[in-house]
Amino acid sequence: MATEHVHVARTLMDHLPILVVLVPFLAAPLTVLLGSRRLAWPIAFVASLTSFLISIRLLLQVIDGGVISYHIGGWVPPLGIEYRIDAANAFVLLLVSAIGTIVMPYTVQSIKSEISERHQTLFYTMYLLCFTGLLGVVATGDAFNVFVFLEISSLSTYVLVAMGAKADKRALTAAYDYLIMGTIGATFFVIGIGFLYAGTGTLNMADIAAHISAKGADRTVETAFAFIMVGMGLKVAIYPLHLWLPNAYTYAPSAVTSFLAATATKVAIYVLIRFMFSVFQPNFLFEMNAVKGIMMPLALVAMFAASLIAVFQSDLKRMLAYSSIAQIGYILLGIGLLSATGLSGAIVHLFNHGITKAALFMGVGALVLQSGSSFYARIEGMGKVMPWTSFAIVIAGLSLIGVPGTAGFISKWVLVQAAIEQGWWWIALAVVASSLLAIIYVWRVIEVLYMKQPVDATRREAPLSMLIPMWIMALSTIWFGLDTDLTMSAARAAADGLLNGFVTGGASVGH
Amino acid sequence: MPDVDFILGHMNYWLFTVLMMTGLYIVVAKGNLIKKIVGLNLFQTAVFMFYISLGKVTGGTAPIFPVDMEIDPNVAYSNPLPHVLILTAIVVGIATTSLGLALIVRIREEYDTIEEDEILKIETDLVHVENKILGEAMGGRA
Repeated sequence: MATEHVHVARTLMDHLPILVVLVPFLAAPLTVLLGSRRLAWPIAFVASLTSFLISIRLLLQVIDGGVISYHIGGWVPPLGIEYRIDAANAFVLLLVSAIGTIVMPYTVQSIKSEISERHQTLFYTMYLLCFTGLLGVVATGDAFNVFVFLEISSLSTYVLVAMGAKADKRALTAAYDYLIMGTIGATFFVIGIGFLYAGTGTLNMADIAAHISAKGADRTVETAFAFIMVGMGLKVAIYPLHLWLPNAYTYAPSAVTSFLAATATKVAIYVLIRFMFSVFQPNFLFEMNAVKGIMMPLALVAMFAASLIAVFQSDLKRMLAYSSIAQIGYILLGIGLLSATGLSGAIVHLFNHGITKAALFMGVGALVLQSGSSFYARIEGMGKVMPWTSFAIVIAGLSLIGVPGTAGFISKWVLVQAAIEQGWWWIALAVVASSLLAIIYVWRVIEVLYMKQPVDATRREAPLSMLIPMWIMALSTIWFGLDTDLTMSAARAAADGLLNGFVTGGASVGH
Repeated sequence: MPDVDFILGHMNYWLFTVLMMTGLYIVVAKGNLIKKIVGLNLFQTAVFMFYISLGKVTGGTAPIFPVDMEIDPNVAYSNPLPHVLILTAIVVGIATTSLGLALIVRIREEYDTIEEDEILKIETDLVHVENKILGEAMGGRA
């Protein structure tokens, strides 16, 4: 266990855990106050880039298993709010801020065609607020603070989804449905936190964990667990609670979809993992066999049912939305195995699927920009007209299947390993079998893009500002498929840290 | 024989549960978009009441320091923390409500109705049209 950086913040460097959240948070109102469409983008980009650089530094500080405990306003936890950075959340911070930054240049051209002009400044405000909320959820170590940031990100997400209304009015009803379901989920989460507070008398996650491990769980704590699981399950889009997702992803502007698909559900999964393994500890989980009995079957159903639905779609964007639900199934499967390997598989897949889906949705956005729609019938033969975009989609599609040499292979491999480790070979088989379904739906896309005659040969390739972010993502799916050092070691450190809970670090909280 | 003391002693939880379920039922059962938002409000308010009743200490007074700042150790105070939390949650609730209503205004502009079944019908028709033009050639569903 490396040193705990006790917080006596003297220099700017000591404030990094809060700055990563604060920079985009302050930049968001700035874009509104200046009200200039030309300034909005640079401000948003600089803010997200700053967060990205801070996240890299934070991850480097904690990747050896260290913990940074930052006390807001100098108030010592458990009374004060604590920001607690360890390998797990530094890794997710990196994912969120990286995607948020790389999508930024992409937004310029994409929203020009998809969002009405007078909303474009506010788009960046909402984008930054959503970004802030997601980072805040990950960085904080206070249970109620999670709820507050969760709502910041959710409320701005509803607005972002609704901005797709210029292209298709169904974006409005998609946003409304998402608002209703998201709020029910968040409220369930708050009820859970309330029960936790009633049972333990504290809101600091490490303190709750210490309390539960010392006194054991009573019925109040078990009820809290149930409410938090269901509430977060809605945000994660665990299989039967996924109904908001396909419409929201399909009708949101493409830039928004690529950002959300890669980050929003992933952050919710992080919260789920954090609460399952750190706040309620693994031994509590082992008593609650419900996790294995509920999560695993639902994950398996998601892997097959959602993949099967994806096969029969004729709209590329909607197909990818259903494939997201299936991929969330893999992540939940890794969590449900309740082992160190399974958990690190889940965390790696969270990261790898994030970059893969970002690349794919960016590709879709470029196709939509040039052809006006993502229906298969409209994008036939685009491989010949837009070779760069199409090839990026193919690479990311291969990663979605899990072809060796791509990021998707690594995480599925770890998941298969984790399943075999426990002697559940049929789960390993299920992972492989549902990957076969992925081959079908990715092949359909390749067929549409390459084996048909172009509908309109005069269309041109997407602008560079969209191609470069897309290719950064596509190439990183290959990079992280070949060089697994960063992802695997970070995921292992994260999984170990999570499975140890706060018990080791908990003793040194405070000064 | 039901334990009357137990039931009466947990009155706040009963009320919270009934109110919460009423709200949730409205959200699920009503087809009018505004009524759904009202239900959502009721649902959230129930949770606020749950939190605030948690903070009540039997015989406790309002958690305010006396003017001379000399605290009598014999006086019990209610727990102010849940109140503070709920202040935040109320703000979140207001933001959610206003955003929901704003969305309804936009939905009404585009669909000319705020009844869920009518909106559903319009959207199904849209999908049929899309299917006819784009989907059926591909053998899939839009």
